[in-house]
Amino acid sequence: MIYTIPQKELINPGHLACQGCGGALALRTVLKTLGENTILTFPACCWSVIDGPFPYSAVKVPLFHTAFETAAVTAAGVKAGVKKAQDPNTISVAWAGDGGTFDIGIQALSGAAERNEDMFYFVYDNEAYMNTGVQRSSATPKGAWTTTTPTQSPKKERKKDLVSIIAAHAVPYIATACVAYPEDLTKKLEKAKKIKGFKFFHIFAPCPPGWKINPQDTIRIAKMAVENKMFPLFEIEDGEKYTINMPNPKKEKNVPVNEYILKQGRFRHLKEDDINEIQAFVDKRWEKLKKLAEI
Amino acid sequence: MKRDGKKIIFEKAGDLPPMAMSLGTTEYNETGSWRNERPVVDSSKCTGCGICWKFCPDISIKEDANGKASIDYFFCKGCGICAVECPVKAIEMKEEEK
Repeated sequence: MIYTIPQKELINPGHLACQGCGGALALRTVLKTLGENTILTFPACCWSVIDGPFPYSAVKVPLFHTAFETAAVTAAGVKAGVKKAQDPNTISVAWAGDGGTFDIGIQALSGAAERNEDMFYFVYDNEAYMNTGVQRSSATPKGAWTTTTPTQSPKKERKKDLVSIIAAHAVPYIATACVAYPEDLTKKLEKAKKIKGFKFFHIFAPCPPGWKINPQDTIRIAKMAVENKMFPLFEIEDGEKYTINMPNPKKEKNVPVNEYILKQGRFRHLKEDDINEIQAFVDKRWEKLKKLAEI
Repeated sequence: MKRDGKKIIFEKAGDLPPMAMSLGTTEYNETGSWRNERPVVDSSKCTGCGICWKFCPDISIKEDANGKASIDYFFCKGCGICAVECPVKAIEMKEEEK
């Protein structure tokens, strides 16, 4: 078999993720590159369930389950601990979902970013509180169905632009990645491993039960989101140097958002006008990103 | 801090306090029973490109002796990502038989 990403597995099979889970795939890919010398911190998120009940653990590295709002600060504390134990090469990783990052954990995240702690912060973004049964979070896109924003009154607000908030802290490295492009993700992780300071990764991870898609379409939907620029892939260094790294720049054409939207049950109630509005928003944001990348 | 197989050994008081001491202990958890469709690999079509392995969330695709994909049915939850992503359509989803 041809292996394009590191071969060694640091997650055991037998974990409790749903069929076709994007979040499980995201951590599998990330740990492959970060290696054994890693300590994970999980706040309340899907992964605190996927990992299994105590004393079982699906992850082959040490991990720490912490309170919802404290992922970043606990990981910073773990880093201080390993430094004190003369083990500076151990990587401290905070691994949080979008609820624990966009809403509840943002204060601790902002603090850790401001102090430029030497750690990784990952948000695997499934665009709602999926673990507790699909409630809206500030990462839920406009127009989406959740149990707290039913189809009669879908979410009216936009998705929070968290990457720009972290970029305003001028941290050394920020990247967006997608589970459908593991080579891109491992390349960015290799780069980030050499950088000292706060590293932030925003990983797009579809959730089949919450988005009402078939489990086999996880990768297909994730690829569509990148191709139609709903979730563009880029890096930000020192808060100002933007680099766009789309997977197929040669084949790049204007892919409309229609197919992506219509494939998901959570957007099924949307009318044509609503889809046009989303398209206009995506186009505007893409133009803005292109301008930033040229500076 | 030292590692001996799956165990971490803490040598002195300055080391980190013990957290989960045994790591990777879900290997007896049979998630294959969740499945209602099973993926079946056609070895004559499989090119060994590794795409199914790369995208499997359940780490259930292994390399067999001929470098082709083989599926570990003890863990496979039957999501079907491998069948959709296979570029040569060598994996087919078949209804699970009791």
